[in-house]
Amino acid sequence: MLHTVNKSPGERNAFDACIAHVKKGGAILLIEDGVYAATNGTASAEKLKTVMKTVPVYALQPDIEARGMQSRVLDGVKLVDYGGFVDLVAEYPAVQSWL
Amino acid sequence: MTESTGGIDMDEETSGVVKKFLYVNRKAPYGTIYALESLEVVLIAAAFDQDVSLAFIDDGVYQLVKGQHTKGIDVKNFSPTYRALEGYDIEKLYVEKESMAERGLTEADLVVEVKVISKAEMADLMITQNVVMSF
Repeated sequence: MLHTVNKSPGERNAFDACIAHVKKGGAILLIEDGVYAATNGTASAEKLKTVMKTVPVYALQPDIEARGMQSRVLDGVKLVDYGGFVDLVAEYPAVQSWL
Repeated sequence: MTESTGGIDMDEETSGVVKKFLYVNRKAPYGTIYALESLEVVLIAAAFDQDVSLAFIDDGVYQLVKGQHTKGIDVKNFSPTYRALEGYDIEKLYVEKESMAERGLTEADLVVEVKVISKAEMADLMITQNVVMSF
């Protein structure tokens, strides 16, 4: 299952809810304000380091760049463009959107 | 440019009252429309020569981060506008220290010069205001 998160961890608990439910074989894609979860120096980045041992973590590059976060992304987070977003949706049998 | 509050206070022929307006920004840019709407309203207050201060708390500090490139999401990049506020005599920008620290940010990461203040100092600033607008 592909899990998407589109809310900032500084505002909602969508990110925490997501990482509490993701299982091996799944993947996480951070989009919109969800990309802040993958930035260095935050509590969420520390949590992601653990999660990334189990599942791949992706972030939408246009959303990273819009927010000026391009130099702050946690190592190991894979950046995708809109085409890559579509590929991920096609690759996994279902999508859970943590709103 | 003259100081925006000074002239009107002294001028007895002007009936306008200058109030202290604080705009509290707590949302990241782009994910919602709040940040952009706040900027619009701030500029309106400036046009009426009010005593304007801006506060950036929690995710609001993300509004001021350098290096925003919005071409990829096809949305207007309004971050340069914060640098233009000085031209409207809006020079009091306050950023909460704890909010920046939680996000791994420092003053050097911001597009504009700000005053970094603590949560306690922010609370003190709030109670000195006549009008508080929340975004």
